[in-house]
Amino acid sequence: MDIFVPLQWFADWLTYRVFFITPKTLLAGAVNFFIFDTLKIFILLAVIIFVVSIIRSYLPPEKIRNILAHKNKYTGNIAASLLGIITPFCSCSAIPLFLGFVQAGVPLGTTFSFLVASPMINEVALILLLGLFGWKIALIYIISGVVIAAFSGIIIGRLKVESLVEPFVYQSVAQGSVEFPQMTKKERIAYAKIYTLDILKKVWPYVLIGIGVGAWIHGYVPTDFLAKYAGSGKWYGVPLAVLIGIPLYSNAAGVIPLVSALTEKGVSMGTTLAFMMSVTALSLPEFMILKKVMKTKLILIFAGIVGIGIMFTGYLFNVILR
Amino acid sequence: MKIQVLGSGCPTCKKLFEITRTAVKDLGLTEEVEYITDIQQILDMGLMSSPVLAVDGKPALIGFVPDVEEIKKAIQKIITK
Repeated sequence: MDIFVPLQWFADWLTYRVFFITPKTLLAGAVNFFIFDTLKIFILLAVIIFVVSIIRSYLPPEKIRNILAHKNKYTGNIAASLLGIITPFCSCSAIPLFLGFVQAGVPLGTTFSFLVASPMINEVALILLLGLFGWKIALIYIISGVVIAAFSGIIIGRLKVESLVEPFVYQSVAQGSVEFPQMTKKERIAYAKIYTLDILKKVWPYVLIGIGVGAWIHGYVPTDFLAKYAGSGKWYGVPLAVLIGIPLYSNAAGVIPLVSALTEKGVSMGTTLAFMMSVTALSLPEFMILKKVMKTKLILIFAGIVGIGIMFTGYLFNVILR
Repeated sequence: MKIQVLGSGCPTCKKLFEITRTAVKDLGLTEEVEYITDIQQILDMGLMSSPVLAVDGKPALIGFVPDVEEIKKAIQKIITK
C-alpha cells in the first residue's frame, strides 16, 4: 500500500496538528483511521469505477447476452460469471436481465450464473476489499465468487427447473440483433463520468457510516474481543454470518469497511468472506422481485445452492487462512 | 416523430423522462414525450437495460441518464440521419 503513504501523512497532520488530538490515545486512533480510510477508499472508488465504466461502454448487457446465447453449457457458466464482474447490478435490473437472457435463448443455468455473479462480484466490492484487506483477500473473494456462480448455475441447469419459471417468460422471443447508437470516445468518457458520479452519490453515505463505525471499533474495541464469539474455531460463525447477510443488501458498500474492523478484532477471515458474499449475493429485496418471473420454489433452490456455496467457501478459508 | 422514454418505473427512469421533456422543448420540437413502464417493450426492442430513450423506435440512449445537452445531441443524431 505504498502509494497511500502521502494519505497517511495527511491523516497524521490533520489528526495531530489541526485537531490537536494527543497521539496514541483511543480517539487519535479512531480519527486517524477514519480520515485515512475515507480518503483512500474514495480515491480508489473514483478511479476504478471510471475505468470499469469505460470497459462497460464496450460491453453492455445486450452484447453480453448475445455472447452467452452462443456458448455451450460449461463455458457459458464460466463466461457468465466472469462477465458478471463488470456488469452493474441493482435489484431493479434483475427482471429485465432475466427476461432478456431467457428470451434470447440463454440457458437457465447460465442465466443464474450471471444473476449470482453480477451483484456478488462487482467493482465496488472489489475496491473496498483491495483497499481494506489487500490484494490477496480481494483475489480470493473474486475467484470464490466466480466458482460459486459457475457451479450454482451448472447445478440449477442440471435440475431442469424450466417448469418453475412463470410461463409468460417463454411466450416472447427477444430480438437478437439491435442497432446500437454508436458512441464516440468523447461520449464514452462522458458516460463514464456520469456513471462514476452516480455510483459515488449512491454509496458515499454507506461508506462513510461503515468507515465511521469501523473507526470506532478500531479505536475502542479491544483486539480479539470478538474472537471468542466469531473466531475460526466456532462452527456456527459461518452459517450465522450468511443468515445475517441476507436482509442486508443495499448496504454492501458500508458493510465491507465495517467488517474490516471486525476482522481486526478477531472475527475469522472465512466467516467475514461468507458474510460479505451473503450480503451481496443473497438479497431479500431481489428475491421478492424475482417472484414476478419464477415460482418461490425456484427462488428457494437458487438461494439454497448459493447459500451452501458461500458457507463452503467460509469454512474453507477459515481452515486455510488461520 | 415519436420520442419515448422506457423504464421499469424506477426513480432513474423518471429522471430521464423529465430531462428529455426539457431537452425536447429546448430543441423547439412540439412532440410529446411518451413514458412507458412496460418492461416487455424494452425487451422487444432487443434491449435489457433501463431506462431507454428511443426516437422513432430506435434506441438513442441506453441504461443511463446524461444531462440535457447530451440528450439533445442524441435526439438530433437520429433526426439528421
